[in-house]
This record gives sequence, structure tokens and C-alpha cells, in this order.
Amino acid sequence: MASSAKKLVNWTPTDIKADMLAKYPPKVARKRASQILINEALGNETPEISANVRTIPGIITMRGCTYAGCKGVILGPTRDIVNITHGPIGCGFYSWLTRRNQTDASAEGAENYMMYCFSTDMQDQDIIFGGEKKLQAAIQEAYDLFHPKAIAIFATCPVGLIGDDIHAVARKMKAKFGDCNVFAFSCEGYKGVSQSAGHHIANNKIFSEVVGENDAEKPGEFKINLLGEYNIGGDGFEIDRILKKCGITNIATFSGNSTYDQFASAHKADLSAVMCHRSINYVADMLETKFGIPWIKVNFIGAKSTAKSLRKIADYFGDPGLTARVEEVIAEEMPEVEAVVEDVRTRTTGKTAMLFVGGSRAHHYQDLFAEMGMKTLAAGYEFAHRDDYEGRQVIPNLKVDADSRNIEEIHVDPDEKRYVPRKTTEEMARLEAAGFKFKEYDGLIPDMDHQTLIIDDLNQYEAEKLVEIVKPDIFCAGIKEKFSIQKLGVPMKQLHSYDSGGPYAGFKGAVNFYKEIDRLVNSKVWSFMKAPWQENPELSATYVWE
Amino acid sequence: MLLRHTPKEITERSALTINPAKTCQPIGAMYAALGVHGCLPHSHGSQGCCAYHRSALTRHYKEPVSAATSSFTEGASVFGGGANLVAAIENIFTVYEPDVIAVHTTCLSETIGDDLPQMTDKAIKSGKVPDGKHVIYANTPSYVGSHVTGFSNMVKGMAKGLAVATGRKNGRVNIIPGWVEPSDMEEVKRLAAMMGLDIILFPDTSGVLNGALTGEYKMFPEGGTPIADLVASGDAIGTLALGEWCSADAARWLDTQCKVPCSVLDMPFGLKATDRFIDTLRMVGGTSVPDSIAFERGQLVDLISDMHQYFYGKKVALVGDPDQLIAMTEFLVSIDMKPMHIVTGTSGSKFEKRIDEITSAAGYKANVKAGGDMFLLHQWIKNEPVDLLIGNTYCKYIARDEDIPFLRFGFPILDRVGHQYFPTVGYKGGLHLLTRILDLLLTRTDRDETEEKLELVY
Repeated sequence: MASSAKKLVNWTPTDIKADMLAKYPPKVARKRASQILINEALGNETPEISANVRTIPGIITMRGCTYAGCKGVILGPTRDIVNITHGPIGCGFYSWLTRRNQTDASAEGAENYMMYCFSTDMQDQDIIFGGEKKLQAAIQEAYDLFHPKAIAIFATCPVGLIGDDIHAVARKMKAKFGDCNVFAFSCEGYKGVSQSAGHHIANNKIFSEVVGENDAEKPGEFKINLLGEYNIGGDGFEIDRILKKCGITNIATFSGNSTYDQFASAHKADLSAVMCHRSINYVADMLETKFGIPWIKVNFIGAKSTAKSLRKIADYFGDPGLTARVEEVIAEEMPEVEAVVEDVRTRTTGKTAMLFVGGSRAHHYQDLFAEMGMKTLAAGYEFAHRDDYEGRQVIPNLKVDADSRNIEEIHVDPDEKRYVPRKTTEEMARLEAAGFKFKEYDGLIPDMDHQTLIIDDLNQYEAEKLVEIVKPDIFCAGIKEKFSIQKLGVPMKQLHSYDSGGPYAGFKGAVNFYKEIDRLVNSKVWSFMKAPWQENPELSATYVWE
Repeated sequence: MLLRHTPKEITERSALTINPAKTCQPIGAMYAALGVHGCLPHSHGSQGCCAYHRSALTRHYKEPVSAATSSFTEGASVFGGGANLVAAIENIFTVYEPDVIAVHTTCLSETIGDDLPQMTDKAIKSGKVPDGKHVIYANTPSYVGSHVTGFSNMVKGMAKGLAVATGRKNGRVNIIPGWVEPSDMEEVKRLAAMMGLDIILFPDTSGVLNGALTGEYKMFPEGGTPIADLVASGDAIGTLALGEWCSADAARWLDTQCKVPCSVLDMPFGLKATDRFIDTLRMVGGTSVPDSIAFERGQLVDLISDMHQYFYGKKVALVGDPDQLIAMTEFLVSIDMKPMHIVTGTSGSKFEKRIDEITSAAGYKANVKAGGDMFLLHQWIKNEPVDLLIGNTYCKYIARDEDIPFLRFGFPILDRVGHQYFPTVGYKGGLHLLTRILDLLLTRTDRDETEEKLELVY
């Protein structure tokens, strides 16, 4: 601690930024400078950051591709859709069970294809002569083997280049089967600038092909959708436990622990609660436009944030019984959380963290660190857009560039039969007048301290610099960054898939996280770096001299 | 049940691969390139490929895996990735300062027909490659072969890109170890040193992907084949290529282009393959085998004889890569185990032929498939159960559903450690392997035996 405090005094954020840029060729330095921000947010003024822009060739990025965002992130956690990757074998292989999405398929007769990897394994003749026939045969084979309710097709890079019409194949097979929805995603890896484009492609397709397919009434009160929660390490299970305890009915989670039917019934909910703003805010908008379901931003990461989000949901429904139940649940859950955090805080207060992950987690997890008395010195997203940093007010002014233009925007109109405003205009106005905020997200920047560093698309070189200069007590990013950081003697926690453990959402999740961070930052292993003879190499010489 | 939809009844599939027993070429090229000292692998394609390969290798080794990408966008995919590659080369040499960049292609850059030699040449002519630094490359289209092919192509790329035949032999022996673990590469070097031979091992990931935690991060660790050694490989007195699929291409290239005679051997897993390796190495290097190696061999024979009753007749299912499976099958058969179902995802009828020869000599016929998948393997197991399953981490779902003892072997191993530290090659590796197999089989006996029959001494 002493040494890190000293270093922080010596290095101003401006120095750090300059040092990170110093070695770059001029063009790279200029571009990166616009993505590295020293937080000078004051009052209502939020500084502008460059985000969702191209990665620089050769600079070792943390980012993945559109296919990864589409197949891996969004559709990966849904258990009863047969996901067929159309392409050479690799893409399907790497996205096979690697994200720690949990699912509960314990019900009698429940379908669960998540342990399976399906691929057309395209060969050179398929690239030369086209892969549509093989794709069609693969869909038929999957149907004959499993008779699933849905088959999804995912395009990899060469598919778009050779012009396979995967959508036509999907339509044809859907018509042929009659009892199996077949749909395709044009999520070639080269589209967009990061996996974010894949989230859009996936969500748009699920919205247009699946949402609204099941009009059957769903039982339960206070029906919500939980958007942008992927059940990594069981987060969704914990949130569902709390919601159930409060008497809130979760109709559909997009997409942790989800099923086809959940998506198909999402229009039956009366509120959309958005966790990960980046990956899914546009679906919340479309649900509102088409079906009349309002949306709010929530955050179940952090015990206080969880309580706040539950109260927000209760306020929306305005039911005294629900409000009372939510308060009871919070009162019941908090003592355990407080007991643990009080103990852990004795060992974590004053420690420092850096978070570079995702499109929301680098923001949400700051709440948990704050609860532990830890300070976030630097943070940024891997694939977020400017609105995730600066707030939704910048959306109308976002520039459409060559890369974002290629990502389909779907236009939605109110559904003639099923559009039902959930609240009257007066009710909405009353809620808003009382301070209730719909579709609001202020982004990461306003919540970070003055003079902290906010860096978009941080790369390996800059990460190493940051850690060497600032020596945080913990660094959070993904698996690719994990071990280069730890080699420097700084513990690293994956916040994409959590390495191991979880859940970290909700009340029990907060407890798990406090304990996990306590374990990491206070592990004895970080004191084992040097052997005794390396620590005191001169000892024998001293002895002889004496 | 985790794999609850896998039926026992086997139906013909011509188009759908389920639970693949292979992955794509570029990851093999990346792994190989990490075994060159001071080398930064570079993936010429969209950034997802590089992210996936780095993630898979990182999870397998629990070590940093640095590699760069050309980060193709839609524009580059239409107009070609030349500008991206030249920019990447400049940025990499400026920021990371490697001694060599090893470029491999992807299905994306191959489909659009990017010409690597021409692009690399452009980078050199426009001064983006500093003096004394190198760019080597390999074409690794993902829609041909498998990760094994990509490994082989990059190893050949090392020879093509760096080996020089001066016409004066240097007395050294090239050993191309194939896709084995850093611990295996270390073991090959130890055995060669015991024989007093000066070898050039390439690639060599020992010290790179089984590193130490010291508080210091080096993007280019001490390990890896030195570039000077790769240059000198063209003047070696011979090459031992361990594995037809992984290593033979590079060895044959050195043979025809640099007149370095090559011997293609099996990977030295188990007694007989290690015997052939040591014996060939002795002859190529012109040296004798020290008693210390004969002693290690004797220890392996001793263990086989001591515990033979527990191996005898035990049925095994195996999935992995051709070179590894051939040597492993031979080893298991030699201790009277019975490999019953053998699947590799990599195509090639030569594989099936070799396995057939090995099991036929033992008097039985195994189920064998090149270009198969784990779904088929699981179905075979449902039809004829086995006592032991050997394969990568993905087998754990089969092992749990079918309740079979499971030995993690191959790539990737995502949920255990040890492969990076303890070898499978050589006699010591054989001891280590058999110890693990015995532990699995006897732990199962300890669990399942009736109380009256449970024994203290095995």
C-alpha cells in the first residue's frame, strides 16, 4: 500500500496518459488519445470519449468478434434452441461452453442443448461451390435427431463472403418442418468493430422471429422481463430467487437460463428491467414501441443497488402489498450481507481496483467495490458505445459510420392487436413527477471520481503500463488479460465469466463477491514472488565483512 | 444427464458435426509460433479468431498468450487486408518489439485470397520491418484439415522462413517434437542432453507456456527456439520428425531444400515408440545411449510388469489427434489394454489404417474413425461400454453421464493442470501416464468394490 500510494503521488493522470501513448506511432497515438479520458466531469458537463470505433491492426486488443457476441453471448445461454454454426469448425468449437452460463434443465423432459456444439464444418469444396446444400442437410440431420422447437443458424466470416443465403435456407426448412422455428443470424466476424455488433444482430433477430410467438397468458403478478442478464456463474438464479421471494414474476430473461418460450412470451410482461444497457437497450425500446411495455434501468450488482432496483420495480407497479414485501425481503437479506461486508472491509478498505470489461460490468461492479471501501482508479469498456460512458442523452447525436451502418436497425411499429400501454399517460406523468425515471441511463463517467482514468478498448500494452505505474490492488478484465497481469504480482479477477465461483449478483452474490475479493487481494501468494536469496542477496557478504 | 439427447442408435450424418474432435488451423499455427523465442504470432483475419485462439490457449496453460490480429472490418474483407497487415506489422515492431512476427491466415483472409508473400514483401520494401527482424508466415485456411494441419504448416513456415543451408554441416540434429506440451519438449531436450547431443528443437514452448510467477511480466519469455537455431536447422546432420501429421512436412522440406536427411517417427509415447525415438536419435547423432536412459527404460518395464493385472483386458475409448492417438494406442495395446473406440476429428485414411494395423496385431478390431466427432464416440461407448476414457476436457460430459474413469489428455485441457509440468513423452512420461491411469482404475475399484472384497494392497 505504501509504495502504491507513493507512486500515485508521483504520477498524475496526465503523466500516465502521456506515458501510455509515448511509444505509439503518431497515428496510433492520436487515435488512442481520443479513447483515453481523464475524468473531468463537472456538474452537468460530461466530457466526450471516442468509443465503438475500429480496433487498430496489430495492437493487441481485448475485443472479440460479431459472431462471438451473437452466438456466444446472446444465444449461448438459451438451452432449448439447437444452435448450428455455419462455417469452418473453429468458431463453433471456441464458443462451446466457454462462458460459464448456467442453466436449470432439471425439469422432467426438459430440452438442453447447451452441452452440444453443432457445426457444418465447412470444407474447401463448400467454400468454392457454396455451403447452402450442406447447411440444409445439417439442419435436416439436427431435426431428425432431436426434433427441437427451434434451430438457429450462425454465419461465420466466409459465409458472407461466398454469398450463402442462410436466411432463405432457414425459411425453406421452417416451412418444411412446420413444427420447428428455423432462423438465421448474419453475424459474420468481420462486421462491426467488436462483439457489440453481434449483440445487435442477435437481439434484433430474436425480437423479429421469436418475441410474440406465444400469446398464452402467463400466471403470476407483477410481470417483468429481465433484459441483459446472462446467468454467468448463476447470477440469474440469484436474481430470480429474490424476485420470486418478492412476488415479482419474471416472464423472460434475455438470455440467462432462458428458453425459447420465454422469448416468445416476452410481450406478456408489464415492465422491462434492463441490466446490461449496452447489449440490449434497443430491445427494451422495441418492446415499448411494439407492445407498450415501459423500461427502466436496474442493477443487481451490489447489495445496495439490488435493494434500490427492487424498490424501483415496486414503485413502478405502485402496489402497497408489493412495496411492503420488497421492504421485508430487503430487511431479511441485508443483515447477512452487512455482517460479511463489515468483516471484509477491515481488510479491503482503502484498496484500489481497475475494471476493464464489457459494456456494463465495468460500471456495475464499481458498486460492489465501493461497498467494500475500495476505490476504482481506472475503468473502461471493451465494446461499449458513447452512451454507455456519457449517458443516453448523446444517442441522437451519435455518428453513423461505415461500420455501424452495416448493422441492421429494425423499424418497429405498434402491434395492431397487442399494443397495450401499461400505464396511462397520466400515470406515467405522475411517476415521473415523483422522480421515477424511465429509460434513463447516465453512463459510467458521472459515477467515477474526478481525475480517474476512463479508457475505451484498453489493450494489453496499456494495461501493463497502468498496472506497472499505478499498482492497483486488483485488476478486472477477461481471460486473455488474466495472466499477464498476475505475472506482475497483481491479482486479476475475470469479470466476463468470473474464472470460477459466482453468483455475484443480488444479496447472496454480493456476499460471494466480498469474500472472493478478500481472498484475492489478501492472498499470501502475492508475497511469495522472491526467494530468500533474491530478497537478501548480500547477506553472506555482510557476514564475512563482520 | 448432460448429454441427454445423444441416442444409442447410430444414424449416418453427412453434414452435421456434433461435439467436434478437432478445431481449426490457425490455433495450431499460433501455438507453434509461441515456441519461437521473441516471436509474436499474428492472425490475419477478423479479431475474433485471435481472441478465441488466445482464450483457448490461455485456459489450457493458465499463462499469458500474446498474439496480434489484423482486425479486419467489412471494408478490409471486400478490398483485401493488405493495408491492415502492413499497418499491423509497423505497429507490432514499434510497440512490442518482437524479433519475429509469425503471420498465419484465417478462413476470412483465405477466402478473399490475400497474398501473404506479396503483402509481407510490401511491408519489408516500405521499411516497416526493422533490420535484423523477421516476418515468417503460413497459410492456414480453417476449412482445410484441422488445428493439427495449422501447427504443421507453421512449423514448415519456420523452416521455410528462416532455415539456411550454407553447405557446411554443423553437426547438430533437428528434432521436431510435434504438438506436445511444454513439459514434453523439456523432456525431449533432457533425453538428448543425456545422450550428449546438440539438438535444435523446434518449436519449443517450454519456458514459454509453463512459466514462473516472479512479479515480472515478459511478453517474450526466456524460452522458445532461438532464431539462430532455426537458421542453423538448414545445416543440421539430420531431422527427427515426431509425428507424421504434425512434423513431417517441415522435415521433408528441410530434406529436399537443405539436404538435411529426415526420419519420420511416431510421437515417443510409451515404451516402443520411445525405444524407436532413442534408437533413431542415437544413429542420426552418431552417439551411444547412456546407461542412465536404459535405466529409465527398465523402470517403465518394471512398472508394466508390477501392475499388469490391472491393465490387462481393460477397454479404453480414445479421442484426440492422429499422431498422439497412434502412439497412445500402440502403448495401451503393448500393456494389454484394449483400445476399443478411437476417434480423431482430423481426416485421413492413413490414420484408420495405422490403428487397424496396431489392433489387428493384437488380435481384435477396434472402432476407428478419422474425421469423426465426440457425438459418435459417445454413441459407440453407449453400444459397447469401456473402462477408461482418454481425451480432452470436453469428454468430462461423457464420462459423467456414463460414469467412466476419465484421463485428461490432449488439447484443450481447461479444468485441470499438470500437462504443462509433467511429460507424457519418453520413459519418464510413460511412468507418469501409467501412474495416472492406475490411479483412475484403482480409485474406481476402491469406490465400487464390495466391503468384503475391498483390499488394502494392490
